[in-house]
Amino acid sequence: MEESLMKKFFKNPFVLTVIAIILGFVVAGLILLLAGFPPVESIRTLIESMIGRPKDISSVVIRSTPIIFTGLGVAFAIKTGLFNIGAEGQYIIGCVVATMVGSMLDFPKPVAILMVLLSAMLVSALYAGFVGLLKARLGIHEVITSIMLNWIALYLSNWICGLQFFHKPGTIGMYPVNDCTYTMILPFWKRTEEGRAFMTKHPFLQETLGRTDVHAGIIVAIIAALVISHLLNRTRKGFELRAVGQNIDAARFVGIDVNKSIVHAMMISGALCGLGAGLYITGQSPHTVSTLSAFENVGFNGLSVAFIAFSSPIGCLFAGLLFGGLLYGGAGLQSKVGAPTEIINIIIGIIVFFCALSYLIPQFVERLDSSRRSKKERKKMKGGEK
Amino acid sequence: MAAEVSSEYAVQMHGITKRFGSFYALTDVQLDVKKGTIHSILGENGAGKSTLMNILYGLYQADEGEIFINGKKADIKNPTAAIANGIGMVHQHFMLVDNFTVTQNIVLGSEPGNGIFVNGRKARQGVLDIVSKYGLEVDPDALISDISVGMQQRVEILKALYRGAEILILDEPTAVLTEQEIDELLHIMKNLIEDGKTIIIITHKLKEIQASSDECTIIRRGQYIDTVPVKGITEDELAEKMVGRSVNLVVDTTPPHPGEVVLDIQGLYVKNEQKIDAVKDFNLQVRAGEIVGIAGIDGNGQTELMDAVNNLRKCSGGKILLCGEEIQNKDPKYGIDRGLATIPADRHKDGLVLTFSVYENTILKKYRTEEFSPGGQINRKKMKAFANELIREYDVRPEDCGPKQAGGLSGGNQQKVIIGREIANDPKLLIAIQPTRGLDVGAIENVHKMLIRERDKGVAVLLVSYELDEVMNVSDRIAVIYDGHIQQIFPHGTVDNRTLGRVMAGGEVENVPGMHSEGIYDKVPDTAEEASGPEAGPVRAAQEAAGEAAPEAAPAPAFPAEGSALVSAAAVTGAAAAGMTGVTGSETATAETPAAAAAPETIMEMQQSLNLMQENLKQMQKCLADMQKRLAQMQ
Repeated sequence: MEESLMKKFFKNPFVLTVIAIILGFVVAGLILLLAGFPPVESIRTLIESMIGRPKDISSVVIRSTPIIFTGLGVAFAIKTGLFNIGAEGQYIIGCVVATMVGSMLDFPKPVAILMVLLSAMLVSALYAGFVGLLKARLGIHEVITSIMLNWIALYLSNWICGLQFFHKPGTIGMYPVNDCTYTMILPFWKRTEEGRAFMTKHPFLQETLGRTDVHAGIIVAIIAALVISHLLNRTRKGFELRAVGQNIDAARFVGIDVNKSIVHAMMISGALCGLGAGLYITGQSPHTVSTLSAFENVGFNGLSVAFIAFSSPIGCLFAGLLFGGLLYGGAGLQSKVGAPTEIINIIIGIIVFFCALSYLIPQFVERLDSSRRSKKERKKMKGGEK
Repeated sequence: MAAEVSSEYAVQMHGITKRFGSFYALTDVQLDVKKGTIHSILGENGAGKSTLMNILYGLYQADEGEIFINGKKADIKNPTAAIANGIGMVHQHFMLVDNFTVTQNIVLGSEPGNGIFVNGRKARQGVLDIVSKYGLEVDPDALISDISVGMQQRVEILKALYRGAEILILDEPTAVLTEQEIDELLHIMKNLIEDGKTIIIITHKLKEIQASSDECTIIRRGQYIDTVPVKGITEDELAEKMVGRSVNLVVDTTPPHPGEVVLDIQGLYVKNEQKIDAVKDFNLQVRAGEIVGIAGIDGNGQTELMDAVNNLRKCSGGKILLCGEEIQNKDPKYGIDRGLATIPADRHKDGLVLTFSVYENTILKKYRTEEFSPGGQINRKKMKAFANELIREYDVRPEDCGPKQAGGLSGGNQQKVIIGREIANDPKLLIAIQPTRGLDVGAIENVHKMLIRERDKGVAVLLVSYELDEVMNVSDRIAVIYDGHIQQIFPHGTVDNRTLGRVMAGGEVENVPGMHSEGIYDKVPDTAEEASGPEAGPVRAAQEAAGEAAPEAAPAPAFPAEGSALVSAAAVTGAAAAGMTGVTGSETATAETPAAAAAPETIMEMQQSLNLMQENLKQMQKCLADMQKRLAQMQ
């Protein structure tokens, strides 16, 4: 009984993730040691710069929000049997659309925000849905099409940045979105006399609200994770999508419209990326899109987040925060210890690597267990012979 | 008791115990295989047969117990050690490289050569030597992907022999073979035994044990039951030892009470992947309350036909009517919504979502109803209640499997879940495609009972199977499919294995009553008796008796026969007499039938086979001409 409990413990995905993360840090420590930095000290600094001050926590949350969304999008796609490597492109498209719409709108706040977010979601959903359509109708694998569409999105974004109508002279980007679309929490109040006075009395607020762009994104992310989790596990649609993802033949056999499911799944995945993009544009300065020389990796980081979270929507919240934290804390590590940010990228890589390998852990435990038992038996036998 | 360790035995496994976690897969099992014999290991699915053999082949380690090879204790830690001990294993699922040739596959891993370059000629010669030694004819240069499953199995056997195997383990070798290939395999096995090899077969097919083996060891739920000589033991006795209770090998079926036409396929044409008509002018009716079995050799259009009925494939012509409504060329849901339920041939591919819980699998067809997902939200309470009811009703084991993944169930229990799910949809038409494939005797009995129960509830049942016995035992009418169309239809009990086999190969048989004399016929008097009971009037009895005796001729309105061929005068008289005299009809029929039989039948039979051979010759000539043309084109 005791054994099976232990094995169950090591089969739990949450436990496996934690083990992978710990192993990641251990190996990262070794690498730091090799590079000539004090490992324990460095990792403590890393963690401190992630959660040391309220401002850091606030910054980590802000940094994580878009990654949580792309992570959710990718995780959702994985649950429905699709590998949405196009999250990057969908995120870029979402950013561009949000900026375009937001810079032209002048409506009352809730309407404006809603219009920006919805348009970003819609266009990203269509962009991803196209991938789904190609897969459903023509059988072209989604990885190939979406990688290509990532590049198309990147250069489309740059092209739109350069259009006279959107290009803000004297910058490398577009006109930022109008104030009416801002999703920060009390963005104007906090700069008024009254606001400042209030915040000086509450140092925590001053640290977070005063010094960072706290915005509603994380709240929406939590809601989105809950909604997606519910959609997948408790609704008719989710049941269909998962059935198609797990066994497309059986799904077709029981009368599910498989092609429609694939397109819908991709569209929802894309919409999540677009929502993340919209919230980023409306919530974080510079509230605009600049000409990109390379991918910003928000979508690709979403892939890692989804892996670390074992594709669980709720898990994506935590994995996204960890990921954002490492990205943010990496900067602190660089300034305080002098370790290069590359080390941070190595740590992230190692964690994802161990997550990918973590299915081996139960087997490893089993082997350890059986060899221990056979040793015991051998001892017993020897005892018997004597 | 385990036999004493001696060199008389090729393999001895004593006191083998194997645990997986807290689960005991094998408990103190023993196996003694005499040299130069064929030894069967019999057991239900999940009894531990494969585990025992995997231990012998070094894939698993026994927790307790000893293995002796040729009387010497052997420590088999891995397959390499097993091969060194002269043990070879042919797995149920072949382990071949598809785009390698036969020779390359056989020598793979022990290629002759100098370590850098492979000596292809030597390899080929080596393979040819074994091929000719054991009469295992196979083309050494063919690609694996181009040869049949039976040939692939030969390659697996050759692979083991090439490595010097003296003891061959065959894991369910006949599961994938056609009847003819099975015969060939049995022949090969006999050759190998004559050469002094020892063969161990894992199987749950009783017939093959009788046909092939010298001794048989029975395992039940990981426990050793018995080792018996195969000579002098009946199939029933073997089945009883295997299952632990007496098993009814012959299906108890009562005469059908057919009603309205439920499925009506008219002039159907369906193309296969190569865009060639696989189903051609296919006509068949299935009525409520009867089981129609489609018998035929694999590849005669069954797959395409079933795909078309289930709307997984477009048909290029004809109609499929379900209760009078056309359902062809729609989507799968269209048929399902109109009362079509199908037990698919491949339960892993089409039947279940293996990574879903058993709960979720039970509602795969019902989840979209308002009952199970009111307002688009899955009602999990309802789902669990429904699933638990199904689990109880169909005796799915373990009983608490509901929240667990369906992939963890044994084959038989997975099939129960599918059957339960399909039947729970209250179908008008239930299609069962190979419903007992890979199941053990006990489970097969269950499946057949369920089919008959559905029939008696008034469901139209269409059974498609490559197992002749199954079709013959369960079906009320047997429709033989050949080259995409119905070759001939026989009522239950009017045809024997041999005749059916001939029709399945494209022959046509006259419905000579003489062929009833093969023993299955003795059911008819029962029928008459039963039908003449209080609930059935004399007319009904007469119809049934006539239907049973000579249905091709019987113009009985309740059960008109299709596909009638030539009808002998005797049969007509019999049927007519039955119709007039009512209860005594069956006697008339039985009395008259054997008389007209003997001599003309033999002659006709011979003529038939002669015709068949001529036909074949013509086809082969055509083929040859075709190939020559192509060759000329290529040159």
